[in-house]
Amino acid sequence: MTTSTISTPAKSTYTLGELMVASAAREIRDAEVVFVGMRLPLIAFVVAKKTHAPNAIGLFENGVIRSTPAPELIYTMADPPNIRGATQCLDMLGVMGLLQSGRVHLGFLGAAEVDRFGNLNSTEVRGPKGTVRLPGSGGACDIASLAQRFVVLLEHSKRRLPEQVSYITSPGNGDGQAWRQRMGLPRGGPSAVITTMAVLRFGDDGEAYLASVHPGVEIEDVLENTGWPLRSAKQAQQTLEPSAAELQAIREYDKEGFWTK
Amino acid sequence: MSKLLSMRDAIADLVPDGASVALGLQLEQMIPFAAGHELIRQKKRNLALIGPISDILFDQMIGAGCAEKVIAAWVGNVMMGSAYNFRRAVEEDGMKVINLTNFTVALALQAGAMGVPFLPTRSGLGSDTVRDNEFFVEIESPFPSSPADESPTRSDSQGRLSPRGAEKLHAVRALVPDVTIVHVQRADREGNTHCWGNFGVMIEGVRAAKRVIVVAEEIVKPEVIASDPNRTVIPGFLVNAVVECPYGAHPSPVQGYYKRDDVFFRQYHEQTKTREDNAAWLNRWVYSVSDRRAYTNQLGACRVDELGVKQHAYAAQADFGY
Repeated sequence: MTTSTISTPAKSTYTLGELMVASAAREIRDAEVVFVGMRLPLIAFVVAKKTHAPNAIGLFENGVIRSTPAPELIYTMADPPNIRGATQCLDMLGVMGLLQSGRVHLGFLGAAEVDRFGNLNSTEVRGPKGTVRLPGSGGACDIASLAQRFVVLLEHSKRRLPEQVSYITSPGNGDGQAWRQRMGLPRGGPSAVITTMAVLRFGDDGEAYLASVHPGVEIEDVLENTGWPLRSAKQAQQTLEPSAAELQAIREYDKEGFWTK
Repeated sequence: MSKLLSMRDAIADLVPDGASVALGLQLEQMIPFAAGHELIRQKKRNLALIGPISDILFDQMIGAGCAEKVIAAWVGNVMMGSAYNFRRAVEEDGMKVINLTNFTVALALQAGAMGVPFLPTRSGLGSDTVRDNEFFVEIESPFPSSPADESPTRSDSQGRLSPRGAEKLHAVRALVPDVTIVHVQRADREGNTHCWGNFGVMIEGVRAAKRVIVVAEEIVKPEVIASDPNRTVIPGFLVNAVVECPYGAHPSPVQGYYKRDDVFFRQYHEQTKTREDNAAWLNRWVYSVSDRRAYTNQLGACRVDELGVKQHAYAAQADFGY
């Protein structure tokens, strides 16, 4: 993840990581059931709980269900603060069963690559010296298959946003409209891709479009760094900056900026 | 009957070369590193490693030459990203990997635990993970409609939406590990086991396995286990060996005993970037320590103390009286 800092006209500064976490947090609506996932989403859930979505419920694939944010920074979902004070600690089949039966509104995912139709690759990519093996699906394929909607976070570059992923680890909209139904997937699909430059959303045809650009980023830069001719919303907006409350929640939690520096 | 064994004897007796071994089933908590290191020291070969995610333990065993193949959803270093031995083994040495997803690892083990050849799921339809994969077959539901089916429309062979098409599913093949190894807080001498925190796929993994090794922070009297039967995750009759091994899950956390050693995971990432570096790491942390006591001594009293519980948080009592 990049470490550059964006200066804003209003004297306050925040990091790109903070902007992405705040954007991710806003994807969570109050009282939703969220499949949280690894890395940045761990903080996004905490920020949402502490700001606009106090009644959100977090599901973690190790079997943890939380209705309060973890009391301290966690690096993994199984860190002891995420267990203490949890609502329930059981098994993966339990939470994955809830996901499969449609009870999860939103899932968060990372990926090495995301394509034009929101398909994700986290299994293998082609590098200059041949195939690069990545860690793999984890629960990503399950979340992408079964959540009511999912949101992806990743770095914005041509390499990370190819027109078509070479390997679909986690299904997005396939090749377009109604692909998910044809495959037999029960619901869902991508609702946003939050990158280091912009936020993409998806039209009824299943294709991504530019919904907002981050402060200080030119639309041309976004288009140049995307692996296909990216469509733009009629009026692409500027991504909302993190609020004071969001920044406070992030900084109280990630004191050393491990995730958000 | 007591099943207490030393780690050395448990691994020597129960894990032959070529065995399929499930471990790290509680995801990032309670990873049986001490058992994994003993497998490495005993130079076990051609193992099939089974697990949902592996937070560097599989990487260490792969880097030590123990693994012939991996059946897993994710192999890496959770806080740092990729793990280098796994990458080298796949990219340069052609190690076989059967890619599953977390849910389908759980279903494969649950099918093994239940004694059925497969379990169905809606996950992974349209994913390349299931393509040419011996663990998945696309099937149609034998029933006309499922009560869980939200969508009244299905597409026919021409891609038209039709109201009564069969429901597509994946059959996930049963997985029966030769050995499952788990790390827990406490067990009695017969293997009746208490665990608390997140379970991941531990319970299915234990029920599915042909043999089970329980590694515990503490061995307690049977009355302790029987006092709180809802906390019992493994009945002793499924267990072949019980090993007492304090700090046996370090650097992963054990709820109520020690926290995660985040620095260790960061250092591992930095110290295993090349084959030579990895050999030095294994030499320092595995080959040159004879057992977990020696390992803990090398870690140092300060670090062990630092990782210990600073603020206890006991559960409220539950009354089993009548």
